[in-house]
Amino acid sequence: MKDFNYHSAKDSKEASKLASSSSAFLAGGMTTIPSMKLGLATYKDLIDIKNIKKLSGIKVSGKSVTIGAATKHVEVSNSKDVKKAIPSLSSLAEGIGDPQVRNRGTIGGSIANNDPSADYPSACIALNATIHTNERKIEAAKFFKGMFETALKKGELIEAIEFQIPEKSSYQKHPNPASRYAIVGVYVAKHKGDVNVAVTGAKSCVYNDKEMSKALSGNFSSSSIDGMDLDSSEMNSDMHASADFRASLVVTQAKKAVDAC
Amino acid sequence: MASLVGSRVERKEDKRFLTGKGRYTADINLVNQTYAIFVRSPHARASIKKINIDKALKSPGVVSILTGKEIADDKIGGLIAGWAIRSEDGTEMKCPGNPPLAKDNVNFVGDPVAVVIAESLAEAKEAAEKVEVDYKVLKAVTSTADAMNGDTIHEGIDKNLCFDWLLGDRQKVKEAFDKADKVISIDIINNRLIPNAMEPRACVADYNAASEEITLYTTSQNPHLSRLIMSAFGNVAPEHKLRVVAPDVGGGFGSKINVYNEDIVCSWAAKKINRAIKWVAERSESFLTDIHGRDHVTHAELAVTKDGKFLGFKNETIANLGAYARVFGTVTPTYLFGPCATGVYEIPAAYTNVKAVYTNTAPVDAYRGAGRPEATYTIERLVEKASMELGIDKTELRIKNFPTAFPFKQTLVHTVDSGDYVAGMEKAKQMADYKGFEARRKESEAKGKLRGIGVTSYFEACGIAPSAAVMSLGCGVGLWESAEVRFNPTGQVTVYTGSHSHGQSHQTTFAQIAADELGVPIENIDIVHGDTDKGTFGMGTYGSRSLAVGGIAIVNACKKIVEKGKRVTAKMLEANPEDVEFKDGEFIVSKSNKKKTIGEVAFACYLPGVRDEMKSPLPEGDEPGLKETSFYDPSNFSFPAGTHIAEVEIDPETGHVKLEKYTACDDFGRIINPMVVEGQVHGGLAQGIGQALYENAEYDETGQLMTGSYMDYTMPRADNFPEFNIGYTCTHATTNPLGVKGCGEAGAIAAPPTVMNAVIDALGGQEVTMPATAEKVWKACKNLKKSNAKAA
Repeated sequence: MKDFNYHSAKDSKEASKLASSSSAFLAGGMTTIPSMKLGLATYKDLIDIKNIKKLSGIKVSGKSVTIGAATKHVEVSNSKDVKKAIPSLSSLAEGIGDPQVRNRGTIGGSIANNDPSADYPSACIALNATIHTNERKIEAAKFFKGMFETALKKGELIEAIEFQIPEKSSYQKHPNPASRYAIVGVYVAKHKGDVNVAVTGAKSCVYNDKEMSKALSGNFSSSSIDGMDLDSSEMNSDMHASADFRASLVVTQAKKAVDAC
Repeated sequence: MASLVGSRVERKEDKRFLTGKGRYTADINLVNQTYAIFVRSPHARASIKKINIDKALKSPGVVSILTGKEIADDKIGGLIAGWAIRSEDGTEMKCPGNPPLAKDNVNFVGDPVAVVIAESLAEAKEAAEKVEVDYKVLKAVTSTADAMNGDTIHEGIDKNLCFDWLLGDRQKVKEAFDKADKVISIDIINNRLIPNAMEPRACVADYNAASEEITLYTTSQNPHLSRLIMSAFGNVAPEHKLRVVAPDVGGGFGSKINVYNEDIVCSWAAKKINRAIKWVAERSESFLTDIHGRDHVTHAELAVTKDGKFLGFKNETIANLGAYARVFGTVTPTYLFGPCATGVYEIPAAYTNVKAVYTNTAPVDAYRGAGRPEATYTIERLVEKASMELGIDKTELRIKNFPTAFPFKQTLVHTVDSGDYVAGMEKAKQMADYKGFEARRKESEAKGKLRGIGVTSYFEACGIAPSAAVMSLGCGVGLWESAEVRFNPTGQVTVYTGSHSHGQSHQTTFAQIAADELGVPIENIDIVHGDTDKGTFGMGTYGSRSLAVGGIAIVNACKKIVEKGKRVTAKMLEANPEDVEFKDGEFIVSKSNKKKTIGEVAFACYLPGVRDEMKSPLPEGDEPGLKETSFYDPSNFSFPAGTHIAEVEIDPETGHVKLEKYTACDDFGRIINPMVVEGQVHGGLAQGIGQALYENAEYDETGQLMTGSYMDYTMPRADNFPEFNIGYTCTHATTNPLGVKGCGEAGAIAAPPTVMNAVIDALGGQEVTMPATAEKVWKACKNLKKSNAKAA
């Protein structure tokens, strides 16, 4: 690991001011630190945002659950409020990584990193989330741009994620047996009016599967998507799963999610 | 006094480990030490055109940078194969040179070319990045099956073939096959594994210029053997000027038998720079450079009669040695593999032919089970297939071919002294509720799942011996073990064993044995190992040999202590030595009430003078002191055996294999500490199930390791396993006084075929290679659905 400057910001404003083209925000550090250790990333400045009180915590209103960006996975999975309002979100958090990761990793870090096989981005899409930054509000559908790419500008800091409470929802993951990241993860949420089927792990970026969403909006039953033959041409293919296998898993996990709703 | 052998004595070592007081190599820090980082080849095969260290030398904190040139100039020797194998045509095996730092060629990704030594780890790392190595990249050979058709890796080694070895009689096998009603054949791959000891390899080398001694602290399973190899072949220092210490070692599984490049380089360099050097592997280095295990491609055939009697067995295997032949690299796919490949069956004719090939991958050597998992996988997959093709129940077919009497003269090499395979099978079936399987299969079917059951009956040959036999088969050393039992004048006992514990609980089980033999409380017995300065030469721990060989050496040394004690007691009590009996720590003159405790006798042995009432207790010819040594060379291997049964449930939609039940019924002879044995069985099973369902080391065609981290190499976790159902049958070994057999490798030997037989049973007999990953199983399920639809 190369030398770097460590800063601990007291508020978002200071954090934003310290940011430069060779800096990174540090929350849980579950991706940043290993990347630096392996020499895959180098930064001149690391700006620690864990000590900004405003960025941690969970608030539930009648319609939404708002989670501060620096809130740890373990806090989301243990929150009685989250469990009551959106149980699938709590169980998603419980299935991330291992206890060490859940005790340090944060929701904001996961979303800002936008790993193609991370769990949280699918929750954002399925639950029509709004990403609150220090500058603006961004709809989840416009936030995730591509592999490890988001709508965030340099120095822009996620402050909170606001999830819409659905009528029913479930997240089903087929984990990579080694890393336990999603080979395919499908988050199904039934809102008043329409259904979202958010898929992570299958392609270079999380997406809402229009075909399945439409079918389920018409008839919210796993039979309405059973046997659906998805186009696998844009799906990831690696030593753990081919594109065809992923395409099949997307349907299987979606069915499981619907059945679990 | 109640016997401690056989009871669940709590582990004496656990206080230290559970409170963070273990002392591992990485915990050792010496005054004024430096830090080493190795510059490693990023290419699988290349010639080294030039190494430029100018920039790196100017980097801050650099003490020295050494390359293959300096090591060659100093005539430091390379790494060696410890077992010479002869080909079928009588020619000797062909081994390339393997210098500790590559000078002219690199042969796998991770092969070290230079060492950078600096004042701090960070400085060493930074400087290592500035070492410029100019490589001419060559086409790599990575496939086991095609290695003989690839470019020649090592000059003069034609077809990349180390040896083409035969065990058995081809003509007899041909005759047996001619008589067969049916021939069952199978093509299997035994997947390559990475041992993944919890503690990565490490070493700290120190040089004392005044005494001209090198001390090497290292993560070794066999410090004396390491010293011998480094001295005799590495030319690092004469044995008496080289001390090797293997302190607490966090798991080995065979990966820490070898002397590695880093051990030799750091020891040599410490003397050169006259300072201590510390090196600790990063996990990614462990993946790349620890020895790997398995990696066989096999075609095997079984000739049978229509009613299921086995007549003949053929085994044609290509074994991947990796880039170089290492200590047990050549014996693992030959004498540890071939003899066990006929399994627990009476097969009148058999042969095993092994072609061992070099490839541009990490060296392959002994990994938990070493050869016997590959052998058991071959025969047990074949027998399972035979049961399907013959329509005979898998357990009945096995029983039909079990030996009927012991000693069992096995087809190729071994004479198995003891066992009761039928009893093991019957008990396993009962434990697993074999009869109830059909009902459980129907329940799974009703849920849309596929359920399968798999059986394996195995025997294995561990505690390799005797020395005369193994040396005649090409072993470079004798495989005996030593022990020293020393009484202090005040009655406590120190036992030095030449074997080594890196998780095997020597401190506890060996103390149980010595406590029973000597009648001394277990808390007064210390087991010492792992330091060439602290005891006599020993051979170390591998191949489940610690108890069956090392444990017996302790028994024998204790018996010598008792013999001397009897003579001394006789002198003290004015009796005949023949009339002195020893029981529960007391020497008793028979038909009298005269006795001495072993503590009193030890005290007397150290104070042999005349003062007041005390008179010299030493009989004429006996020396003072109470210390005895034994070098025990067994008369045979030990042969654990057993039957394992697994049940899996498969989700055809996702290909997910859930291991529902696992039953292991093993015969380890007499059990010293049931708790420790359970630990060994659980660990072995975890690794064996890991091989069947999860683990796989994969190289791409250029020789890059694709599974070089835990993101891609699947280590099994606790939630992958059911609660293991463990039981025993105990037929005592007749070849050693304790009646013990090895237990360390059984799980890893039996589990892969047991689990795969269950998976393949669930899949209606379709072959799937290990590891049975979700995608492979999903594809097989799709095929099954198609063929079922056709049949309907």
